[in-house]
Amino acid sequence: MLALLLILIPLITGVAAFFIKNEKSVKTWALVASLATLIVSLWSLMHQDNYHSIFSKEWLPDLGSSFSLGLDGMGRMLTLLTAIAFPVIFIATNKSTYKDSNQFFGLMLLSQAGLMGVFLATDLLLFYFFWELALVPVYFLSSKWGGERRIPVTFKFFIYTFLGSLIMLVGILYVYYINPEKSFSMASLYNYTFGHKAQSILFWMFFLAFAIKMPIFPFHTWQPDTYEQSPTATTMVLSGVMVKMGLFAVVRWLLPLFPEAAHGNDNIVIGLSVVGMIYASCIAMVQDDLKRLVAYSSIAHIGLMCAALFAGNSIGVQGVMVQMFNHGINIIGLWVVVELTERQFGTRKMSELGGIAQKAPALAIMLVIIALANIALPLTNAFVGEFLMFNGLYQFNVWYTVVAGLSIILAAIYTLNMIQKVFYGNTNSITENAVDINWNEKLILAVVVILIFAMGVYPKPMIELTKTSVESLVSAFK
Amino acid sequence: MNVIVLSAVWGVVMMFSGLFIADKSKAKYVAIAGLLVLLVANYFDLHHKFLFASSIGNMLQFESFGMIFVTIALLSTLLYVLLSGAAVEKVGNHAYEYFALLFFVLCGVGIAASYNNLLMLFLGIEIMSIPLYILTGADKRNLKSNEASLKYFLMGSFSTGIMLLGIVLLYGATGTFNLVIPAVSKASENMMVSAGIVLLAIALAFKVSAAPFHFWTPDVYDGAPTVFTSFMATVVKVAGFIAFVRLFENAFGGMTDVWQYTIALIIAATLIAGNITAVFQQSVKRMLAYSSISQAGFMLFAVYSVNAFAKEGILLYAAAYCLATIGIFAVLIKMKDFTFEGFNGLAKQQPLLALLVSIFVLSLAGIPLTAGFLSKYYMVLASIKAGGLLWLIITAMLCAAVSVYYYFRLIQAMYFKEGDANAIDVNPRFKALLVVAAVLIILLGVYPNALLLDWFHIL
Repeated sequence: MLALLLILIPLITGVAAFFIKNEKSVKTWALVASLATLIVSLWSLMHQDNYHSIFSKEWLPDLGSSFSLGLDGMGRMLTLLTAIAFPVIFIATNKSTYKDSNQFFGLMLLSQAGLMGVFLATDLLLFYFFWELALVPVYFLSSKWGGERRIPVTFKFFIYTFLGSLIMLVGILYVYYINPEKSFSMASLYNYTFGHKAQSILFWMFFLAFAIKMPIFPFHTWQPDTYEQSPTATTMVLSGVMVKMGLFAVVRWLLPLFPEAAHGNDNIVIGLSVVGMIYASCIAMVQDDLKRLVAYSSIAHIGLMCAALFAGNSIGVQGVMVQMFNHGINIIGLWVVVELTERQFGTRKMSELGGIAQKAPALAIMLVIIALANIALPLTNAFVGEFLMFNGLYQFNVWYTVVAGLSIILAAIYTLNMIQKVFYGNTNSITENAVDINWNEKLILAVVVILIFAMGVYPKPMIELTKTSVESLVSAFK
Repeated sequence: MNVIVLSAVWGVVMMFSGLFIADKSKAKYVAIAGLLVLLVANYFDLHHKFLFASSIGNMLQFESFGMIFVTIALLSTLLYVLLSGAAVEKVGNHAYEYFALLFFVLCGVGIAASYNNLLMLFLGIEIMSIPLYILTGADKRNLKSNEASLKYFLMGSFSTGIMLLGIVLLYGATGTFNLVIPAVSKASENMMVSAGIVLLAIALAFKVSAAPFHFWTPDVYDGAPTVFTSFMATVVKVAGFIAFVRLFENAFGGMTDVWQYTIALIIAATLIAGNITAVFQQSVKRMLAYSSISQAGFMLFAVYSVNAFAKEGILLYAAAYCLATIGIFAVLIKMKDFTFEGFNGLAKQQPLLALLVSIFVLSLAGIPLTAGFLSKYYMVLASIKAGGLLWLIITAMLCAAVSVYYYFRLIQAMYFKEGDANAIDVNPRFKALLVVAAVLIILLGVYPNALLLDWFHIL
């Protein structure tokens, strides 16, 4: 029942938001709705019995598909991330004004509904439905409220991901066709072992869609432009939650369904991921635009997660689980800082900024903590995840670890360089009148920072939560 | 049977009421009344209660597949007349005659959906086509309309000839016009059957504008008065598919090895030609013409796979495609400028219309939650069941991705581009009808069984 609520609340409130014309009330409405979802999500952590976690209803019986939702450990973790992300985004961007704000917030809530659906669906066809539905609102958000080049950029993003999804759809159809039970349900598909030849084709059909979504080198070209051109609130959704769809889908569908093909192709996928990490880190070093810098840094982090997943041992996969959540929190924190900077100074160019720390110490402190979490310093949450992931990758192959490890050093270079250029040094004409952040911005950054430390010092609850998912995945993979 | 007889009768009624009612703006009400009568008649048809006793010697067969399609066609026509009836009256001075011709087309649709004999197939297709030749040229002071009409007529005659030749070859080999082809033993007769099948496939491919027989479509659709384009591109086109599917299932279902690969090649050619050319169009009307070609490519999957899924799928496709296309055309008729630029900024002037057009476009593009997605899905699923070719399905998916490009240009124009496009004389009733169409599209996209299962089981 709770599973259904997690989709219904954002869906219904999202549709309702279109009818609230007053900008102030629609903002409040969206915030209240997202907090309600958060409460349900926290509730689902406390009630882990079947009655609360599973919902199933007949939907398309002649097609073998049913409307089945279910919460497992990984699902709880990612729905929690989604549920936390949206109120944080709404509060952090509270000051931004949008033309036709009712549509903006309506679409934001609809995209949340789509994301929740992706994380909850236990039926492959239903999963595909939500997978596409999460995309459509984001396309509209980015195309309508984005930057100057928004129309071609988001168009590329849409067609790119849509193409991936369509190829996956063919895969889904073949999976259904091969499955003797003629069913899309997760349980039935998990029980069936696909033949060698089928696996090797289907693996790539699914992987392409997920690789575009994550994105993995060389399918990442849509990502920096889209992050840059989207309104920051949407960028936060895209990078904080949406890229997790790709990783999640690999864990939920790709690896359990096609373990043999995943084994066979693990070196290709990990190789691509590691190359992508280094490539993206190198490009991040020469960026002048803050948004692009964070975008490339995100590609590097996702690359590591993908590599650790395909390493296929329990410690690495556990690291991915923890890191999916942590990366979501950290990157949203980074975007909040970017948003605050851009709103105050009207520019995201590092070369035009400087010395903000003198004028806005609170902002600077928060940023430094989030940035250090981004480079996985001990005590921060990302350290736990990255440590586990590198450990898993090390067990798989030392050399990948060595090369991937370079990206940590590169991450330190571009992150510290960014802090130095933007926050330290002398003030210039743009930044000399900087003012510090106000209380609600402090509050939001404080929540992020507290989560960073809490997860960094005491990651056990998160590990416990996702442990069963990790175990079942690794046992399927063996 | 009821629908076939009554639609012809009502066509005559329409013509005569033109003599007695001077006010030509009343024509659409007579037509609406006629459509309601036909729907009642169709209801009796569905339950096999025939109001007219006549011996048709098994030349027509009324099965639920064809009859449900007739229901869809009638409802689509009703929606079409309610939305665009006023525009039909404005085409020229002969409002009653235009509607009369539409009713004759419906008579042809009825025959094409229930023929059980190759001669009846020929009759149905011809009764459908001839009124359309006239309607295409209805705007007789417009050169483009005349050109389109002539082109359509000449090309249509060719395809009719080819169809007759195919029928004759089949008759020569088997000695019967019935759909059940008796087995032939001699090699020469076998040759004639194969040639007949291919000729029939070509003729029908022409009627449903499948590549490489699609060249007439953009010119005719563009030149014809926009209201009639809307009707041609939806009800008539889908009726052609129903005839196509029935022929290849009932008559040639046992000989898939003869024609299946040819159909696969036609599908691929249609999808590629339709989608790639649509990308380069500047006029929305022309884009819709090419889009109808590309949609035909998807509908051809039903002919390719001829199984239960294909039949369910083509019905869903018919409903989804007709609703969306009639909706877009109804809005297009109200626009001043038919180019993409003509839609710039429509969302600001007419937020509801823009939203509805977006839903129609999303359905045509096959985005989940709309009927368009599930109908494409059914098509692909049916072809996989029929031992589908992977290259063909991948081509279809690539083409579907391409189609997003031109469909979304419309959304971009309406929502993201600056402009002051506006639709003229849009009344609340018009909007309400479009809302009904959009709701139906979403309803069918979420719960297609409302149309498919429940109906099949009632009967």
